[in-house]
Amino acid sequence: MKNNSLWSDAIYRLTRNRAAMLGGFILVMLVICAILAPWIAPYSYSFQDLNLGASPPSSEHLLGTDILGRDLLSRILYGARISLLVGFVATGVALVIGVSWGIVAGYIGGRVDSIMMRIVDVLYGLPFIIFIILLMVIFGRNLWLLFGAIGAVEWLTMARIVRGQVIGLKNQEFVLAAQAMGVSNLSMFRRHLLPNILGPIAVYATLTIPQVMLLEGFLSFLGLGIQPPMSSWGTLIKDGVESMEEYSWLLIYPGITFTITLFALNFFGDGLRDALDPKTSDN
Amino acid sequence: MIAIFFKRILLAIPVLFAVASITFFLIKIAPGGPFDADKAVSPQVLKNLNEAYNLDASNWEQYVDYMTGLIQGDLGPSFRFPGRSVSEMIATGLPVTFELAFYAILIALVMGVFLGVLAALKRNTFLDFIPMAIAMIGICVPSFLMGPLLVLIFGLNLELLPVSGWDQLPGDKILPSLTLGFAYAAYIARLSRGGMLEVLNQDFIRTARAKGLAERIIVVKHAMQGGLIPVVSFLGPAIAGLLAGSFVVETIFQIPGLGRFYVEAAFNRDYTMILGTTIFFSAMIVFFNLLSDLAALWMNPRSRDVQ
Repeated sequence: MKNNSLWSDAIYRLTRNRAAMLGGFILVMLVICAILAPWIAPYSYSFQDLNLGASPPSSEHLLGTDILGRDLLSRILYGARISLLVGFVATGVALVIGVSWGIVAGYIGGRVDSIMMRIVDVLYGLPFIIFIILLMVIFGRNLWLLFGAIGAVEWLTMARIVRGQVIGLKNQEFVLAAQAMGVSNLSMFRRHLLPNILGPIAVYATLTIPQVMLLEGFLSFLGLGIQPPMSSWGTLIKDGVESMEEYSWLLIYPGITFTITLFALNFFGDGLRDALDPKTSDN
Repeated sequence: MIAIFFKRILLAIPVLFAVASITFFLIKIAPGGPFDADKAVSPQVLKNLNEAYNLDASNWEQYVDYMTGLIQGDLGPSFRFPGRSVSEMIATGLPVTFELAFYAILIALVMGVFLGVLAALKRNTFLDFIPMAIAMIGICVPSFLMGPLLVLIFGLNLELLPVSGWDQLPGDKILPSLTLGFAYAAYIARLSRGGMLEVLNQDFIRTARAKGLAERIIVVKHAMQGGLIPVVSFLGPAIAGLLAGSFVVETIFQIPGLGRFYVEAAFNRDYTMILGTTIFFSAMIVFFNLLSDLAALWMNPRSRDVQ
């Protein structure tokens, strides 16, 4: 009998899920393209071919050019950098806050727990999108602020999930043994609790990334997110909408890219969830 | 039930108070006043303006003033549109946004529940995969993309429906409502499928089948009541999402609703308008969350008995 750890089992199940593998493959390709954008993009994202203006796809510009004569393919590749960066960094922020909050609340329990979770409940009920817009208006449209603001909104569910998991672990023997040996709270969190809840964290993080990217796209679409000359997929879609009557490709290609990425992330996240926790795979 | 209701309302009041206070002071620390925009104004005019809007009082005084007004339902004047109060503008925009949200939620419920229940009943067949694939599309195509695509197809290419406006041309409400409703239809379809699957495996359904009840009655009378609880609890947060969605949809379709007012206020730095709408939105969302929680509680016989 081979060693059937949770992870090797999960990887086996994941590799047999074709939709998830396809999603994962698309994601890896996208990340590689985004990282290599300065080298593989046919043009610079701000290079203007002034003779051209908006032109439909051609052999020189595979996806055509925008109204300022900029190569659309190059702009999508550079946009991938910003969109994916927002997705990963903001999810990272949410992860750090949510996991710390959930572990502390779940492990310490009692009054601390009920106060901390009551705060989460209250925050859940507030219109956060409005607060992000408010922050962007007040402090200017700054990329790092955007990361922080989105991350600060998305941590709530993570905190709930982690707390639930920690409460389940708290009374197991290995935790009690560690307590008896006088392990400090901090190393209890790091060495004993965290490794045991990595699965649900990984699943939820993968499913948070598309939500974060949607939020960024939403803000950029309203003109409150990424500012020119930088472009994300959200701003490209916004530009595309403004000129879609005559130049529909400016909307369609960025839109397809964005949608495929969200599909890939969702399929991969769902696959990961099913692989790590086969019981929930029906929902 | 009634005790819970009052407890939740009592909790909501300090929350809304905190939201109003935090927003107020956030806006006070914002760089740039509402009057130092495009045109330079002479110092005298600026002074008069500041006086008229009570901007030269201390922050604390302004805060107390604002809060007193708030309790009486007065959200102050708009900085951008002289002579109009924020409450007035909310009163103009709100019915439009409500109507839009109502159609959207109607579409979402009818489409979502139908597809979700169908998928659950015909599990692992063609009639399960197709609705779930549609739901996945609804989740992955954001409204700011769905809206323009619908406009492109039905408005510009097929010329079937008007591309913008609200209540001006026949049929101009269809595309905005569809755009806003579709994403929620997708979530509701997934939720109702999951909820139904859980209920359909339970003993009381088997009992009903054993009694020989018609399948239609089993589904409608027995299974749906429990299976749709997740949908009902989702409706509260969905209203919050619908508001955010209305920002996009009202911008795309040029609808004069509250969402567009808010986005415009954000661009114009119309601080009193931002402040007023933020507080108003928060109050509404807290209220709808409360409502949907109570409805879900009421639908679940187990929690009904405990209360």
